[in-house]
Amino acid sequence: MSNNLANRAALATPQQLAHRIRGLSDRAVAWIFVAPTIFLLLAVNIFPLIWTIRLSLTNFRTNRPNNAIEFVGIENYRKILTDADTWISLQATAHFLIWTIVLQVLIGFTLAYLINKQFRGNDLWTTLIVLPMMLSPAVVGNFWTFLYQPQIGLFNYVIAFFTGADPASFSMIGEVTLAPWAIVIVDTWMWTPFVMLICLAGLRSIPPSIYEAAECDRASKLRQFWTITLPMALPFLMLAVLFRGIENFKMFDLVVQLTGGGPGSTTQLVSIDLKREAFEKWRTGYASAYAVILFVTVFGLASIYVKALNKVKDR
Amino acid sequence: MSYSITAPSSQQKWIAGILVITYALITLLPLVWIIATGFKTPADSISYPPKVLFSPSVEGYVNLFTSRSRVTPDDLAALGPPTTFYDRIVRQYDMVITGPSRYGERFMNSMIIGFGSTFLSVFLGTIAAYAFSRFKVPLKDDLLFFILSTRMMPPIAVAIPIFLMYRQLGLSDTHLGMILLYTAVNLSLSVWLLKGFIDEIPVEYEEAALIDGYTRFQAFTKVVLPQAATGIASTAIFCLIFAWNEYAFAALLTSGTAQTAPPFIPTIIGTGGKDWPAVAAGATLFLMPIMVFTVLLRKHLLRGITFGAVRK
Repeated sequence: MSNNLANRAALATPQQLAHRIRGLSDRAVAWIFVAPTIFLLLAVNIFPLIWTIRLSLTNFRTNRPNNAIEFVGIENYRKILTDADTWISLQATAHFLIWTIVLQVLIGFTLAYLINKQFRGNDLWTTLIVLPMMLSPAVVGNFWTFLYQPQIGLFNYVIAFFTGADPASFSMIGEVTLAPWAIVIVDTWMWTPFVMLICLAGLRSIPPSIYEAAECDRASKLRQFWTITLPMALPFLMLAVLFRGIENFKMFDLVVQLTGGGPGSTTQLVSIDLKREAFEKWRTGYASAYAVILFVTVFGLASIYVKALNKVKDR
Repeated sequence: MSYSITAPSSQQKWIAGILVITYALITLLPLVWIIATGFKTPADSISYPPKVLFSPSVEGYVNLFTSRSRVTPDDLAALGPPTTFYDRIVRQYDMVITGPSRYGERFMNSMIIGFGSTFLSVFLGTIAAYAFSRFKVPLKDDLLFFILSTRMMPPIAVAIPIFLMYRQLGLSDTHLGMILLYTAVNLSLSVWLLKGFIDEIPVEYEEAALIDGYTRFQAFTKVVLPQAATGIASTAIFCLIFAWNEYAFAALLTSGTAQTAPPFIPTIIGTGGKDWPAVAAGATLFLMPIMVFTVLLRKHLLRGITFGAVRK
């Protein structure tokens, strides 16, 4: 449209000026502007993806470049899906994913609801609550191992102070039963603010007139919460769950620093398992197949979820 | 203020305020502990019960920036009296400073890669977002979705071919390699955020400029860019924070020359066990800029985080 306008203006002006108005055609400008982005994304995302798919069908090992590369078909995929370790990792990931989402949604929504009461100084406190999610997960995760030390760790001391247990009697990241919870706690500490901010945006999008109407109809506060607040904030909540779900399915940095996947393989999330296969055992072909499976899983689950989300939004 | 039947009562506000502030104080405790531990002596840092009150020491910072080696008491005596305060601290433990540690270099790498990739991703993102916002780009929706979907890849999954590709191209463990990688990862965010900002600028301004004899390029640089400045700045902060915090790619693709601080800080060790005050000192220096940024620029940042949610 603006192109037409420029052309019309150009037609009505002397020749020399017309050239200057057109300069580069809009089409050319559009291509020049978009091309570098598309090129870079192709080079760093799509090309590697295609390469990964090709590698996933071979027995290539990065640490043995001189071995003949053989085409093995879907052998890698079959091995992964029948390997008990894969399922252990998927279980650990599911435990992590479900509990972090449940806790973050509950705490995040509650905080947003309270902040939305607009008490004095709420914006400063909101900012302070947001701080953990802005920081480097690896650096902070590494420091949490210090807080989790038996006896000398602050976390153990605080828990012991309130429960009366001996602070040296338990190790959050050293015990099989506690380690899966240790990573849930740190992730919840770090990412609850994210869910909170999205919920807050949702709550603030509800027009006050709806509450006024409900008040006139003498709907109780509880009723207002269930029939107005929650349904209207639901699309936002679902979006927060989507973002956290994708992020935590990919989770690597925080957990690798906290537990390194241990003890045993109790906190070995899929990304950590994948990293071991690819960069410690150097089974490149196998790991590539693993990567493809993970990507298809995220993409598939996310697409189904987005469909459901759109349905809720349209309601 | 006019009375409203739906406004929370002052009692409700009090309760809400107390609960939120309690949560905030608990959630800040680990961060306060990082800063405090940086100023403890190694002995204080591992005392039981954990010390809340302690006499501050810069030992953690001295250990962070120096590498040291143990010497015999005789050699130490032969050296003569310590000349600087850091010499004095180190010699209490029968050690001498042998040189600077690698922390400074790693911090510089984080700066170079962080600012380099931020500049590139904001620059490319701005022009791409402008094109998506104003022109008919063929397959626009598909391209935009493609740009967004690149964020769903687990970093480790992409790291395998990138590791191989970078080895071939000689980009592994180089600043340029990391800058290009982080730029690509940040581009999806930057295009989406900036498209939102540019969509909000009325097209009429540019049309007026075009009629006045500006070329498309001039209209873009002289009319659109100044209007989008705030949006560009907050996008830049997001890109910077991502590049600053990133760990997975940095840990896998860098080892020496281009290693950034996040994979380095956890590897700081002292003699005989982990030197927690030095780790905490390194973490404090590394996290502090982001904390200060967040508090100072809270309005733009908080808006940016929820931006995607509110738009779509």
